[in-house]
Amino acid sequence: MTTLAEILRDAQFFAGLRPETLDLVAGCGSNVQFEAGALIFREGEPADDFYLLRHGSVSLEANAVAGGPLVIETLEAGDVLGWSWLFAPHRWHFDAHAVTAVRATAFDGACLRGKCDADPQLGYELVSRFAQTVIERLQWTRLRLLDVYGHAGQR
Amino acid sequence: MAMPANAELAAPPAGAMVPQPFRVTRRQRETADTWTLTLEPCSGDGIAPEPGQFTMLYAFGVGEIPISVSGADGGMLVHTVRAVGAVSAAICAARPGAVLGVRGPFGTGWPVREAEGHDVVVVAGGVGLAPLRTAVRALERSRADFGPEVTLLYGGRTPDDLLFRGELASLARRGKLNVGVTVDVARPGWVGKVGVVPKLIDGAAFDPESVVAMVCGPEIMMRFSVAALRDRGVAPERIYLSMERNMRCAVGHCGHCQLGPTLVCRDGAVYSYDRLAALMGVREL
Repeated sequence: MTTLAEILRDAQFFAGLRPETLDLVAGCGSNVQFEAGALIFREGEPADDFYLLRHGSVSLEANAVAGGPLVIETLEAGDVLGWSWLFAPHRWHFDAHAVTAVRATAFDGACLRGKCDADPQLGYELVSRFAQTVIERLQWTRLRLLDVYGHAGQR
Repeated sequence: MAMPANAELAAPPAGAMVPQPFRVTRRQRETADTWTLTLEPCSGDGIAPEPGQFTMLYAFGVGEIPISVSGADGGMLVHTVRAVGAVSAAICAARPGAVLGVRGPFGTGWPVREAEGHDVVVVAGGVGLAPLRTAVRALERSRADFGPEVTLLYGGRTPDDLLFRGELASLARRGKLNVGVTVDVARPGWVGKVGVVPKLIDGAAFDPESVVAMVCGPEIMMRFSVAALRDRGVAPERIYLSMERNMRCAVGHCGHCQLGPTLVCRDGAVYSYDRLAALMGVREL
């Protein structure tokens, strides 16, 4: 049977972490499942954890728009869902729904924050990885702001 | 004015200069502003374009524009046109029975035959799927001739802005090609992906050492797609892009479509990226 530490070792997000660090992170994790359509978290609620998606697809939705919610991003296996656990005020900014059946590893944010406070090297490793994820999604978001598909060249 | 170094001044064949009349036999709405027209020659055998080539479509009395071929079969010609200006709007408005002028086909095509034996990834954005449609059909028709992974990645603004939605669903259902479709924004209930199409390249299955990539869409989308392909280790000479410039004569004489030392109508519109890399970095071009 695959242990949590082994799952993390194979995840791109945790690539390069030392085995003892992976064990520390794995100590705050547990495997979870969501049925298709299930609400994973809701905007404004406390952000107590984050997820490493292992199977399935998740939609991030914004509700403050006319005409109902909008899906602003979908995440797939291998992606990390949620960074609000790491940054104050530790509340979700969007809703997250399972588009399909989802299997994931959930990490307890309070548990990880406590370990990061006690071990700054672990804190640096995690913040670096989340910063990289935030930067990548910011860059893709900037590209979407350009509305590239709307610029046809035909006359 | 300096002529492009490789310009040829030989007279083009008459068929390339004189529009041939084609009759509209079918007109199908794809999106709010995009239509697919099926054309048959009013006389003769019609034309047999290669995947990726374009024709000059003439709305009589309005004007002529370059339009990529989105289908061809037995002399019938299919064009998918987005109404963004006077000429394209007139072409989109042509109903069955109307006659349009056609010159061509012109330009280079997608390297479908050259890709045999290799993985293939096709990356399309917006109306950029239209010039790739015949290549995708050829890839599926001769699927066994290509490598283990043949993938179509397609992005659009919203689900309603996607071209050929029924065909995409059928293509995915038949399962010969991997199909990934993404949009910038969607309502709940959309079961595809939400995000930009270059992002899909990162997770796509292909062998970077041997894959052949065919990319078509707005230039900025192609730039980001090329960057994602290069990050995966795909060599520049294995990445093919379809460029769009102000093509007028389509036979390499007028120079309107000059792109550095090349003329897009004659040397393109499909180029390998190793020929374009330096040019795409020049903002004035």
